[in-house]
Amino acid sequence: MLMSHPLRLLGIAGLLSGLIAACPVPAASADGDDLWSGLAQDIFGNRSMNDGSEVIAIEMPYRAEDAAIVPVTLRTRLAPTDSRRVLTITLVIDQNPAPMAAKFELGSDAHVSEISTRVRVNNYTDVHAVAELSDGKLYMNKTFVKASGGCSAPAAKNADEAKRRLGQMKLRQFARPEQGAADRPRDAQIMIGHPNNSGLQMDQVTQLYVPAFFVNELRLWQDDSPVLTMEGGISLSEDPNIRFTYVSNGAKSFRAEAKDTAGHVFRNEWKIDNSGM
Amino acid sequence: MRYRSMRHGLWMFAALALLCVSTFSQAQQQELAVQEISPGVFVHEGVTALMTRENGGAIANIGFIVGDSAVAVIDTGGSVQEGRQLLASIRRRTNKPIRYVINTHAHPDHLFGNAAIAMSGITLEGHKHLPRALSSHGQYYIDAFRRSMGKLMDEVRLIPPTLLVEETLHLDLGARPLTLRAWPAAHSDNDLTILDEQTGTLFAGDLVFLTHIPVLDGSLRGFLSTLDKLSALPAKRVVPGHGAVSDWPGVLAEERRYLEILASDIRRLVARGEPISAATNAAASERSRWALFDEYNARNATAAFSEIEWE
Repeated sequence: MLMSHPLRLLGIAGLLSGLIAACPVPAASADGDDLWSGLAQDIFGNRSMNDGSEVIAIEMPYRAEDAAIVPVTLRTRLAPTDSRRVLTITLVIDQNPAPMAAKFELGSDAHVSEISTRVRVNNYTDVHAVAELSDGKLYMNKTFVKASGGCSAPAAKNADEAKRRLGQMKLRQFARPEQGAADRPRDAQIMIGHPNNSGLQMDQVTQLYVPAFFVNELRLWQDDSPVLTMEGGISLSEDPNIRFTYVSNGAKSFRAEAKDTAGHVFRNEWKIDNSGM
Repeated sequence: MRYRSMRHGLWMFAALALLCVSTFSQAQQQELAVQEISPGVFVHEGVTALMTRENGGAIANIGFIVGDSAVAVIDTGGSVQEGRQLLASIRRRTNKPIRYVINTHAHPDHLFGNAAIAMSGITLEGHKHLPRALSSHGQYYIDAFRRSMGKLMDEVRLIPPTLLVEETLHLDLGARPLTLRAWPAAHSDNDLTILDEQTGTLFAGDLVFLTHIPVLDGSLRGFLSTLDKLSALPAKRVVPGHGAVSDWPGVLAEERRYLEILASDIRRLVARGEPISAATNAAASERSRWALFDEYNARNATAAFSEIEWE
């Protein structure tokens, strides 16, 4: 199941980068709604899309300050009394060369209610969040981001440092103001050192495209219970970084496993701080 | 037939003559204003602004140095139009051949003019990482700057360096030695400085900002440690990437203060567990001290946050 998705991510990337080479100002001229209907078709097939404004919130700054690092927060809006559960959230940056940025699968007993990450934004674009609920339906919400100006680009600022950090992992655990008992929501953040290269740039000597090299899968567990799984694409910023709000099941450890397109597997494990932090 | 073709020829001649006159006067008008800040060292001071159609992208300080036998051009400006105007400026002041075009780094305001000046017989010098930066950022710049520069982008070509600087490189313009030095990641990851040994004039590229808020597109920690080493260079005056020509190294104090405040504000936010979206408020105390603060500070802070949180 999971294996087919990275291939699809690559497929979209390849297709759109081909289009970009063909016409100088591709995305800006495409009509936003048309573009989205095509993307929705590619990613979700013929499934109907419901209004998600009561189900999922998506927050991004109106202007991308740094094209390479644009914060995005996805938040579930289901009332505690709602019997439905969010199974997955898909993040799509319509005008990017590879629009499908990430798909998150939420662990069944981790009660993940918020996910923040960082993405690259190449152009003025709609950004869509699509939640799949346990009722089997898709719910969509969206926001709009203006591209950054100046010499900011959606590429590495310090390419040597990015290489040096390859595979390093860091887990940060945060107190929430309302935190008390162990069953209250808590925040954590996982960071993975990785260049997350787009593969869209050409080597000037060989005139060949540098192969894409990015984290395409990340899995997080508290003990053996899945908290969050992510399938990622090249729209995720360098050093993939996910901050999330979840509920502890009383586990004593946190585990992470990341895989990239070159076949590397990075694993790490941390003790969970249950002291109330 | 013969008469008609002769008349046609005369018309052509007249038209050509007119064209020459108008091209010549246009060239006169279209010279880039430069100041001779030291004997043989000429600088155009860019306007403190973002690149637009209206300012022709001429926002960076660019210049040239004339030796006994040759000329070195230092950065070519934010459009081919600006590069051409710089060339006209050079040609009015000297007939000596242009032998070197030196790019201080990969940013558009410094090298979009390359196509106007880079031609056969001229070598292009750049940081060893300049080609990499051009291939990862260049096409994006060409697409993105069409929004603010429009048709000026039609002629822009990414022309990579032909001579790479690993650490230092010495050039000679004829009794005029220049020392080029490549720096670790700081303002960008491909910053190069040029020291004119004879006059002690340092072309610092965007390692030095004055008035224009410093821009971070490399490494904040690297920027700060580079400033320490940079300040030890035996220069008398500096041509910053942006801002007025100034005495060396006192000019660095402002930039260093901004970068240090940015670093300490960001460290505090990271230590408190704030998310990256909170970074945009860092260094707010510096707002009144810099031009273009709102255009760049939030971006600097976002980049700094993603670096500092790995400490």
